[in-house]
Amino acid sequence: MAVVVAARPSIAARLTGVGVGRRRAAVDVAMRGLALVAALLCVVPLAAVLFFVATRGAPALSLDLITKPPRALGIGGGAANALLGTLQMVPLAALMAVPVGILGAVYVAEFGDRRAAGVIRFCADVLVGVPSILVGIFVFTFLVLPFKQFNAFAGSVALAIIMLPVVMRTTEESLHLVPNALREASLALGVPYWRTVVSVVIRTGLPGILTGSMLAFARAMGETAPLLFTTLGSRLINVGDFGQPMDSLPLFIYVNARQPVNALNDQAWGVAFLLLVIVLVINVAVRARTWGRRIG
Amino acid sequence: MIVETPVRDLDDVQAGGQAPPAASPVRIEDRQRASVVVPAATAASGTLDISDLNVFYGAFRAVKDTSLPIPARAVTAIIGPSGCGKSTFLRTLNRMHELTPGARVDGSISLDGVDIYGPDVDPVQLRRVVGMVFQRPNPFPTMSIYDNVAAGLRLTGRRSRSELDDVVERSLRRSALWDEVRDKLRQPGTSLSGGQQQRLCIARALAVDPEVILMDEPASALDPIATLRIEELIAELRETYTIVIVTHNMQQASRVSDRTAFFTMGPDRAGYLVEVDDTVKIFTNPREQLTEDYISGRFG
Repeated sequence: MAVVVAARPSIAARLTGVGVGRRRAAVDVAMRGLALVAALLCVVPLAAVLFFVATRGAPALSLDLITKPPRALGIGGGAANALLGTLQMVPLAALMAVPVGILGAVYVAEFGDRRAAGVIRFCADVLVGVPSILVGIFVFTFLVLPFKQFNAFAGSVALAIIMLPVVMRTTEESLHLVPNALREASLALGVPYWRTVVSVVIRTGLPGILTGSMLAFARAMGETAPLLFTTLGSRLINVGDFGQPMDSLPLFIYVNARQPVNALNDQAWGVAFLLLVIVLVINVAVRARTWGRRIG
Repeated sequence: MIVETPVRDLDDVQAGGQAPPAASPVRIEDRQRASVVVPAATAASGTLDISDLNVFYGAFRAVKDTSLPIPARAVTAIIGPSGCGKSTFLRTLNRMHELTPGARVDGSISLDGVDIYGPDVDPVQLRRVVGMVFQRPNPFPTMSIYDNVAAGLRLTGRRSRSELDDVVERSLRRSALWDEVRDKLRQPGTSLSGGQQQRLCIARALAVDPEVILMDEPASALDPIATLRIEELIAELRETYTIVIVTHNMQQASRVSDRTAFFTMGPDRAGYLVEVDDTVKIFTNPREQLTEDYISGRFG
């Protein structure tokens, strides 16, 4: 049986013939375009939020908004209750979460055996993903229900639970970045291990630890859900009484944005702008501090 | 560098004992005189004796059946091909290998007759007597030049300011760095050049007043001129300290050492000592064919 060999097209036809490579080039352009659009879509929400909050919020920002509490009756006043509440509850939360988070990270990174460290790290990662409203309800059951009283302390505890895994994971990452050579250098001088950890490892990783703590701080400032069931919110200025409800900036936005009154909605925009500026300033400051800096 | 496994010091106990007192010039003279005049005193100050040493990482034997004496106030060089256990061996001399999980030792190592693996010996204390200098200069990046040198004393107890000043100056002078840094003691240790950083690390090791100094390829990350300065420094330090230096560089071993120990690796990949002798002997007329092959560049 004769084998029939089809004649090959000429090289010129293969390289430049009708339709050759066109399809591939078209698909290439299309997919590149899609990727670019997707990338832009990631930026659009941030840009849109910044734009709307700035255009609606900046005009609503006034000295009254920062210095006065809401009027007892009717409309007017400011958000001083919320600002003061946030400035009390978040630092107290940080006071609880930062030391525990750092010590926990030190255990995981420096002292724990591999398996224990893995379990703890896994739990911290899960805790990051727990919906924050559940944290609020959880704290509600043991710090609000027994006392039959919404209180700011419960709010701080809820915020601390939100902050804890963030502080712990970022601290652990920065401790892992400390070169082993520094631990060895210290130990070879006859410095005890605990002292090496405190004075060399933590000291060297400190910029990263501070960054993580500040980011956790900023995150806690913006949390609303964990506070609904714990500190509740309040129209009164509360300074120092953690046994009573306290307001916070996100709660103020939540409450005022739902009122059928334009003036109150404007206050919500103003507070939203204020909160956004505070959080952005913390974020940008932290990132500028650590920009391009790596240990070692 | 990213740390993969957490390091831990199993026996990390802050011992109640005092760090050895800072050396005074008088004591240095005593040491020198002792080494010259009274041989018996030499044998009792900074002499290491290793016998039947085996080092394991888990099931893997890294160093096999090694015995050698390391004389006081002399430089002993450890040479051999890559992976023959030189660094592992060195790290057993101040128990730094214990930082590696799964590492263990059998056999014995004594320092002036004291078994350094004995139940009464705290590895933290041991490392104040047997100091170490590493391959890459590793000054503490958060500390100034002054603080780097003072670190060993500061982190092991409270010291008076004037005592620290004294020790810092003396250590920097002894490591031949004082003239270069005396006007910038407050600048970060990492602002120095690589060779200066390494001499800073040597000063840092000297500040806690060790008897023995272990050096793990101390010049391999440095340029030739910085290397030369380190070698000159070693020549000065050997008057006062027992020095054990691991080096890849045979010319360096022949230049700086009094004794040379040649290690190689068996078919089971365990390192072992082939021979140890006076450096001149090793490089001109070694007993073992293996040694001759290695120093003449036929393998390794």
